[in-house]
Amino acid sequence: MLILTRKLNEKVVIGDGIVISVVELRGDQVKLGIEAPRSVKVFRQEVYEAIQEENRRAAGSAMELPGLQLPS
Amino acid sequence: MTIATKAFGEIDVDERQILEFPEGLIGFQKFKRYALLDAPQKPYFYLQSTDLPELAFILVDPFLFRADYAVDVNDELSAALGLKSPEDALILCLVTVPPEGGAVTANLMGPLVIGKASRLGAQAPQADPRWKTKHDIMAELAAARA
Repeated sequence: MLILTRKLNEKVVIGDGIVISVVELRGDQVKLGIEAPRSVKVFRQEVYEAIQEENRRAAGSAMELPGLQLPS
Repeated sequence: MTIATKAFGEIDVDERQILEFPEGLIGFQKFKRYALLDAPQKPYFYLQSTDLPELAFILVDPFLFRADYAVDVNDELSAALGLKSPEDALILCLVTVPPEGGAVTANLMGPLVIGKASRLGAQAPQADPRWKTKHDIMAELAAARA
């Protein structure tokens, strides 16, 4: 892993068209600005991993479904 | 066309039931073609892979139990799915029925957005912290009625 030290408002450029800036530092939180082509999907890792994990559980579901009484 | 399914064995499906997910579902990127089938119990659907019979998901319309649900679809996704207005999109969420028993939950953090006309779909992660991966469908339905 490449590790770079950056200060507030400094940036990192990745390849062609991806720029990551340090926008704010507050306590143990860092706010990042990400500029990337629309074709590059950017997710918070925990969101992506949570959905992936739930998709796996969904795929392992029992196929029998409980009845659901819906308001008409 | 005839496809092999997890729930029903071999069945005939209409071309109009076939959906293409160009990027697959998260964690299942290899599988891009699915058939949307009515499940035996309303209001659920099955999303059945046309390539792998044992790969099927249960789907539900999230608005049935969360009238306040909202999905943020960005311009790039709208364009990719051929959406010109919100009515052009079908929003469905994946359901987990734990084989060991327990609450049946729906994933509102990663809804499926499907173009009704294009029959193209994508899983669209939502940043809104209200939407989790496990919404207890029965409990939220009961809360909505209370």
